[in-house]
Amino acid sequence: MKEIIVVAEHRRGELRDVTWEMLSRGRELSEGLGGELSVALLGKDVKNLAEALKPKANRVLLIEDNRLEFYNSETYEKVLTQLITERKPMLTMIGHTATGMDFAPSLAAHLKIPLATDCIGIDAKDETFALTRQIYGGKINAAVSFLKKGPQYMVTLRAGAFPVIEKEPLSGEIVSVPSLLTDEGLARRFLEYMEAAAGEVDITQADILIAIGRGIKDAENIPLVKELADSMGGVLACSRPVVDKKWLPKGCQVGTSGKTVKPKIYVAIGISGAFQHVAGMKGAGTIIAINKDPKAPIFGVAQYGIVADLFKIVPVIKEKIKQLKKS
Amino acid sequence: MNIIVCIKRVPDTADADIFIDKSGKDIEKSGLAFDLNEWDSYAIEEAIQLKEKLGGTVTVLSAGGEDSNESLRKCLAMGADDAFRLTDPAFAGADGFATARILAEAIRKRPFDLILTGTQAEDDGYGQVGVVMAEMLGVPHVSIVNRIEVQEKKIKAHRELEGGLEEVVEVDLPALLTIQTGINEPRYVSIMGIRKVAKKEIKAFGASDLNLKPEEVGLSGSDIQLDKVFLPLVGEGAEMLEGKPEEIAQKVFDILRDKGGVA
Repeated sequence: MKEIIVVAEHRRGELRDVTWEMLSRGRELSEGLGGELSVALLGKDVKNLAEALKPKANRVLLIEDNRLEFYNSETYEKVLTQLITERKPMLTMIGHTATGMDFAPSLAAHLKIPLATDCIGIDAKDETFALTRQIYGGKINAAVSFLKKGPQYMVTLRAGAFPVIEKEPLSGEIVSVPSLLTDEGLARRFLEYMEAAAGEVDITQADILIAIGRGIKDAENIPLVKELADSMGGVLACSRPVVDKKWLPKGCQVGTSGKTVKPKIYVAIGISGAFQHVAGMKGAGTIIAINKDPKAPIFGVAQYGIVADLFKIVPVIKEKIKQLKKS
Repeated sequence: MNIIVCIKRVPDTADADIFIDKSGKDIEKSGLAFDLNEWDSYAIEEAIQLKEKLGGTVTVLSAGGEDSNESLRKCLAMGADDAFRLTDPAFAGADGFATARILAEAIRKRPFDLILTGTQAEDDGYGQVGVVMAEMLGVPHVSIVNRIEVQEKKIKAHRELEGGLEEVVEVDLPALLTIQTGINEPRYVSIMGIRKVAKKEIKAFGASDLNLKPEEVGLSGSDIQLDKVFLPLVGEGAEMLEGKPEEIAQKVFDILRDKGGVA
């Protein structure tokens, strides 16, 4: 039997979206291959999550252990090594997330199973899989294939890249699998979770966000955009590079590792549109993008685009708004 | 504390107009500026700050062609003590796994307390090299690290998770950390600084120096291969606002008014 195993991702009692996305794609693949879809769930007291997963897979492989209360690359690697060695799935799917990026590469290397990371497309093809990845910051897509012939493969899938397609529920059975973990000391230990400090302004509550990215070039250029935001009654936000350079606080960051926002209007200025940023703002009502690169991915998600030097066009727009608001 | 930092020289494509080359398997790189991978610039800065605080050495290495010397020298100018390069025609076509093997073999016989890599590279974006190296070297790892506190024979590290959440872990040394951008502020390197290290020797090692067989490296040692590249489908895409700046500004105002953006 050809089995596909999806490794469920959960944190603080909730399954993360990437789990449903992987199960959706995994189901299409397994049906196409005439195989079965299993989902591996590692945790402590997670039967409720197992119940929630049942309709989405043929089987829930439930590994419960007090030592699995918090994610740890070492315990995950031990448990999944045992599981994959026993079950020999044709494909193991893991999220390309902070969690999956942390254990999939070492797990695959340990098991000597070929791995393709951060895939945005996967199709079955001649007993193997054809993959799509993005390179050069999302400006180029690459068709990728496994060089080594299986029989086992592993992939990490980009969160948000695969739609969740509603299908007839499956009646997955819950299969409890012993963890075989011992109290043997771990070289890495979980201590605690910490929330990033909250900002002065809650950007998730704003109707209008004016967001800046790498294109702003210097902290001293920020007032230029702040004036535009003020003229519109909007709030300033940004993409990751602006926070990395400490030009704006973490609370202003829109994207995977920052905030997810759904304002009525989102103006992206000098933001290329890396998927990590887009994941946090694609739900905005209207998106206007200003970028000097006509090939910037942000134009793929925006409803309106302006190809221009932001330092030339922003002052003109700001003046126009001031002038027309008066009249 | 003896620290090894793995770095990569990459083309700067963030602001560049890029085209697919004749092979159809990569982009046209002539005319592009190259620089130290952004994640790696934070990794080398972190290593140098740790050295300044705790003493020890920083050694930097890169798997790449002779061009990589440029980025290695930048690291030397930032304050690294030593740099070397892994270069061999047999290394061509290496994916993340095969790259990790080359780096791991180069490190295996060297004493170290800590290995730092960037979380991922700007060009191929595998995000796997550091974690695979840790597995190959048999040391624990922590990925996507945005804060480090060195303690007695261990490190307390903050991992960046999604949605502004961090996970705090401790890890015994020796260990490998993959560094996230924003962890520090990489120092500026002046042309004078680069000149000062211009004559410093950067040794190069090949597959045979690392006791690696040709089938273990490059494309033949890789898990995956890139068959072709193409431009992403951008869906319907944006309606482009064109004209003189004044006209564009008027259109923006009209859109904002329609969508409730200006009163």
